[in-house]
Amino acid sequence: MAAKTLGALRAPRKLNRSFTVSFILFLFLAVFGAFMVLPLVYAINNAFKPLDELFIFPPRFFVRNPTTDNFYDLVALMGNSWVPLSRYIVNTLFITIVGTVGHIILASAAAYPLAKFRFPGSKVLFSIVVMSLMFTGHVTAIPNYMVMSWLGWINTHASIIIPSLAFPLGLFLMKQFMEQIPDALLEAAKIDGASEYRIYAQIVMPNVKPAWLTLMILQFPALWGSDGGNFIYSENLKTLHYALGQITAGGIARAGVGAAVALILMIVPITLFIISQSNVIQTMATSGMKE
Amino acid sequence: MQAETISPAVSTDLVHPKKHSKLANLMRELKKNKHYYILMSPYMLIFFAFTVIPVVISITLSFFYFNMLEFPRFIGWQNYSRLLLNDDVFMIAMRNTFLFAVFSGPISYIACFLFAWIINELSPKVRAIMTLVFYAPSISGNVFFIWLIVFSGDRYGYLNGFLIKWGFILEPIQWLTNEKYILPIIMIVQLWLSLGTSFLAFIAGLQTIDKSIIEAGAIDGIRNRWQELWFITLPSMRPQLMFGAVMQITGSFAVADISIALAGFPSVNYAGHTIVTHLMDYGTIRFEMGYASAIATVLFVIMLGTNMLTQKLLRRVGE
Repeated sequence: MAAKTLGALRAPRKLNRSFTVSFILFLFLAVFGAFMVLPLVYAINNAFKPLDELFIFPPRFFVRNPTTDNFYDLVALMGNSWVPLSRYIVNTLFITIVGTVGHIILASAAAYPLAKFRFPGSKVLFSIVVMSLMFTGHVTAIPNYMVMSWLGWINTHASIIIPSLAFPLGLFLMKQFMEQIPDALLEAAKIDGASEYRIYAQIVMPNVKPAWLTLMILQFPALWGSDGGNFIYSENLKTLHYALGQITAGGIARAGVGAAVALILMIVPITLFIISQSNVIQTMATSGMKE
Repeated sequence: MQAETISPAVSTDLVHPKKHSKLANLMRELKKNKHYYILMSPYMLIFFAFTVIPVVISITLSFFYFNMLEFPRFIGWQNYSRLLLNDDVFMIAMRNTFLFAVFSGPISYIACFLFAWIINELSPKVRAIMTLVFYAPSISGNVFFIWLIVFSGDRYGYLNGFLIKWGFILEPIQWLTNEKYILPIIMIVQLWLSLGTSFLAFIAGLQTIDKSIIEAGAIDGIRNRWQELWFITLPSMRPQLMFGAVMQITGSFAVADISIALAGFPSVNYAGHTIVTHLMDYGTIRFEMGYASAIATVLFVIMLGTNMLTQKLLRRVGE
């Protein structure tokens, strides 16, 4: 019985696999899988718990009488507040969509020449990008603020969107993926008289769709979870994640509503990943760093 | 004397035409490739404005006293000497950051590979589900607040509730305000969140290993999965392993948001303080920008140095 289930789970026709070791490894995977997924399952359950179940002792993991009250409360609460909930949602959507689409376009436009041609500066530019994978935005936070205020972008959405357009990981992955486009394809287009811009837009871009989705899956959650940081002060420009912080700061009376917002925040990126998973894996196969 | 006056003239005469043609060559190259520069320019403009130039500004500012109001005043190495010799809190931050780098960095790296490796043994459908299970936490944004409920200090906290119910403890433990527990808890949550880009890269890398190499290996006498892992899988995944290392190392040095969300800012007795939270303290609260830039520069050097070193080591895997 156990052998049969295991046989169904594991990939067919693998060499040199002993049953016992497979069993132990899968058990190990299952235990850690539970550790990974339980907090998320709990977050989903929480969003549907009525108040009395949220504060029960001892705390209960699964919801017993699911209700959508928390979502109605959320709408009611935000309808009464000074800035309606829809405003936060629109801000978040605006930042996320413009930032993600813009990033995909700019990063692929920069990746195409770097992947396919040698010209003065191409190697240096790419190695600077690779180097910038090796440190985080915290290093540049202070000068960034000064540059922003000098540009007059403090308290605008541009301060979040524009820097995110040049996220180095996106360029890196896009460039690695574009390298596998056959040169013959580009040559053929060139002989037919297409300009470099046309080749980029009509030949390269359609061929790297999996990479678009990968850049999206990396960029989207970062922007979706952005709380405006130090750059945005006006209430009507703030994001959904910021609103979540405000709601949960309201204390235990808002626990249900907080759980509802948290569910909205987490479900969107996860859904996107489910849709794009196979494409993302395809792109990641080319992610390796060459020596 | 004469030789001295003549030789430069001769050399310029000889070099000049060559130099000129080099410049002309470059101009021709630039002109020929101008479309590529135009394609790259929007990205590169933003990239330089918000990543490259800020690094240079940050390094420069670290030698100045600057409080955003007065004009910056040059003070040489003073920021660094204060940071490294006179700042006890920075030493705590360094210690914590290195603990993250030494423990959660390598553990998360190995976990990424190990789980990807086991998942690769599964059939495609199960594989897709398990990939989602392990990857989901890293993209679910700010769900780590769930851990606040787990480690909550009263008896409604999950861990406390469980331990009290089963009789391990009699009264709730203040998990997030007790110095002893803060760091391990942040590490656990950090690990939970850290199966991100590198995990996906490993999953993908494992799927693209040429099946014929594995078959050839079996004929050549590889008898179990461990030998296959060491002699075939790891060497063929070297590029992905290097990429994953960069991602995990950079991430483990940058722990800050989780520490702030779980332990507060500043945390009790700086138990959850890291270099990045120290940087935030001076940069966004005390406005000692020169000093904060020195912290940022130290962080930059540490991150870059560790990454370069690891790349060198990984090049030897399976050789």
